[in-house]
Amino acid sequence: MTVLNVNGQQHRIDVDPRTPLLYVLRNELKLNAAKFGCGLGQCGACTVLVDHEPVFSCILPISVLEGRYIRTVEGLGSEGRPGPVQSAFIEEQAAQCGYCIPGMMMRAQGLLEHNASPSDAQIRDAMAPNLCRCGTQMRILRAVRRAAKAMMADAGTMQETAK
Amino acid sequence: MNAMPPLTRRLLLTTGGALVVSFALLPKLAALAQNVPKLPGDLDKTPMLDSWIAIDAQGRITVFAGKAELGQGIKTALIQCAAEEIEVDPAGITLITADTERTPNEGYTAGSHSMQDCGTAILNAAAQVRGILIELAATRLNLPAEQLKATQGTVVANDGRSVRYGELLTGQDLHRPAQPTSPLKDPKNFVVIGKPMQRVDIPGKLTGKPAYVQDMRPNGMLQARVVRPPSYGARLTQLDAGAVETMPGVVKVVRDGSFLAVAAQGEFQAIDAMQALSALAKWEQGPVLPEQTTIYDTIRQLPSNDTTILDKGTPGQQGAHTVRATYHRPYQLHGSIGPSCALAIFEADKLTVWTHSQGVYPLRNALADMLHMPQQQVHCIHVEGSGCYGHNAADDVAADAALIARAIPGRPIRVQWMREDEHGWEPFGPAMISEASASLDANGKLIDWQYDVWSNTHSTRPEGPAGNLLAAGYLAQPFAQPAPKPIPQPEGGGDRNAIPIYTVPNARVISHFISQMPLRVSALRALGAYHNVFSIESFMDELAHAAGADPVEFRLRHLDDSRAHDVVTMAAKEFGWQPDAKLPRGHGRGFAFARYKNLAAYCALALELEVEHETGAVKLGRIVVAVDSGQAVNHDGIRNQIEGAIVQSASWTLYEEVTFGRDGITSRDWSSFPMMRFPAAPESIEVHVIDRAGEKFLGTGEAGQGPAAAAIANAIADATGARLRELPLTAARIKAAIGI
Repeated sequence: MTVLNVNGQQHRIDVDPRTPLLYVLRNELKLNAAKFGCGLGQCGACTVLVDHEPVFSCILPISVLEGRYIRTVEGLGSEGRPGPVQSAFIEEQAAQCGYCIPGMMMRAQGLLEHNASPSDAQIRDAMAPNLCRCGTQMRILRAVRRAAKAMMADAGTMQETAK
Repeated sequence: MNAMPPLTRRLLLTTGGALVVSFALLPKLAALAQNVPKLPGDLDKTPMLDSWIAIDAQGRITVFAGKAELGQGIKTALIQCAAEEIEVDPAGITLITADTERTPNEGYTAGSHSMQDCGTAILNAAAQVRGILIELAATRLNLPAEQLKATQGTVVANDGRSVRYGELLTGQDLHRPAQPTSPLKDPKNFVVIGKPMQRVDIPGKLTGKPAYVQDMRPNGMLQARVVRPPSYGARLTQLDAGAVETMPGVVKVVRDGSFLAVAAQGEFQAIDAMQALSALAKWEQGPVLPEQTTIYDTIRQLPSNDTTILDKGTPGQQGAHTVRATYHRPYQLHGSIGPSCALAIFEADKLTVWTHSQGVYPLRNALADMLHMPQQQVHCIHVEGSGCYGHNAADDVAADAALIARAIPGRPIRVQWMREDEHGWEPFGPAMISEASASLDANGKLIDWQYDVWSNTHSTRPEGPAGNLLAAGYLAQPFAQPAPKPIPQPEGGGDRNAIPIYTVPNARVISHFISQMPLRVSALRALGAYHNVFSIESFMDELAHAAGADPVEFRLRHLDDSRAHDVVTMAAKEFGWQPDAKLPRGHGRGFAFARYKNLAAYCALALELEVEHETGAVKLGRIVVAVDSGQAVNHDGIRNQIEGAIVQSASWTLYEEVTFGRDGITSRDWSSFPMMRFPAAPESIEVHVIDRAGEKFLGTGEAGQGPAAAAIANAIADATGARLRELPLTAARIKAAIGI
């Protein structure tokens, strides 16, 4: 039995502890966002955050994840109340088939939590592990820049409110 | 309220002559005389209006489309077409796509045909339904139709009375054949078409809603994986699967000849078991593959069927300058980010398959053939998958799921391919060769053009016989692969866009169709147009250079089509193209243009790039595009498709090549078959849409592929002085060409 903290909720998982996190998210927890892309840590479709760091969930066994804070796209917001990164991607219509986008959003979320106003080169470098075959890269870059601005504005508003 | 058909109306406006109008009507009268009026778009194949549109007593509208969402945004554009002409809010429309028991059979969602065939059908069906609603309301209210108008799901009379759509229709009112002409709205009154509308599918996909076939989890579902052979044609000679059958979660090992699969309770258990099975299986190697290093020679030496697809004037004229060049394109991958996936259940003698195939009806027929079942007993339902860009493994994995489901009746079976199998077993875009020769007169005008192209087929889609489904060839009673066939002109396959759009008085184009397929191949986005436009548009730059002309001006001097002129001019203007512009060392700019298939969307683009002298690496800069898709339904959808086509084509063009040894395919992951990553993505892409209100829809999804490739090659030549004619234009090749 492995206990996982996913999006702030504790889950008791009864599968082989060698099982990569991706399959547990998708099948045991029925969370759709993280996707199987390669199973090799080469494409980023499975990207989630573990303790604020983007990781390839397709190659990370759950045995090393007890006590860690796992976040998926489902933890960023919902269709009715999307989070800032999701809103930015929707506003920029940054998807074609959309299969890679949840991984892109988690990679972007991880970047923006570390660096609130990244340069274009920093965004490109941070997003480099993730592949998009439809060629949506230009929109994804715009969406990350838009999300950065929105999160900065939100943080500013929160500071103002605190004063 | 309703405009005349756009063509006639425009002729009236531009000529003002009654004589011209009646002349324009002549072909229609001739068609009527023969009693074969052509119906708009795919209404011609499925004429009953209620096959396309249903309105229930509450006024809820359902639209049925035989085309499928592949990530190209077609659902949104089709809803816009229907909403515009039925006069309802787009949010009030439910769209059902590609289902063999619910929707029209529109063949494949391919070839940039969806708007032309399905969009046109729905636009016209919706207009005719609105006409029927107004007729019914006229009878109900006892008013002439001219005093009624349809708006927001209601027919409203001048006297203030109104009737909702749902109250007007009874049972069979829409069960009638479509008419050849429709009361289409005047485009200047459009409120939905051509107006901004966000994609209907994006919010769900971005918030973790079940959006893909990969996300389906019906009760009782088993996870299955297939053990593919080590190489094409290998035979399973020995297997003792006992140890695998007792592994945790394993439900069944399924074997039929050399088709081998395993179903388990859990997905990782299925993968574990698949790997164990793979280690136990003994195979007899299939036929060896040709040497990769000499693959183009091998292809040229294979027998070919040759067809002259253009023979004009007296080809072979000598001019002031003659230029010759040969171009090569390797095998390339679809490389969907999500490996192909399908679900199937076999119960009560019926097979149901959920698939991201581009063609549910043809797949149904092929599955029925493979399983020796009546076609009516096989039900294929399209559910979105990862983007496919042509015939990838979607149909193959559906066949895998069907075979496993038949062996385990009553349980839904989910199969997803592994990355290594998707890279190794999908049907690739075929390798191609072209030879071009052209002559210029003393004034720099083209007087002679000769072009030969060698290619395998660009479609081995499973259109009926099972033999094109991968698994079918490996069963105990195997199905032979049907003989490949060329796709005829004017669309063409290997010879798609092989006929130059430029005006040349003497020209010959020969398509060499090669039946033998050393590697598994089929339709990859743009088919032969990717290679032919790369070749022709590279060659046009070479000819412009020989003529001492600016490449943009040289193209314009050979273009008679005014819409072609407009996109070329707009791309050049928006880019800021200046003849003889001086660029820093290592920088170059390139231009290219094509009309996809010479009958769909027009696309011209200009770009700049930098070649790093020490490494030969290309850094893509600003890209400016002009596109004419006819009547533009969703401008952002068009921009998204064009941007995507350019980035994808840039990746094919700079990096991508399937690799193989004598024993099989060796590019089996994203390391051995690298594609573009973010740091190498272009600096910017700016797409300008020329909206041609009232004109026909022109397919756009594949229009950018060829021009992007050629513009990159032209810019590399501009930057370095080295002309590269063999794809991909890798850093190593550039470095070798510039001699460092």
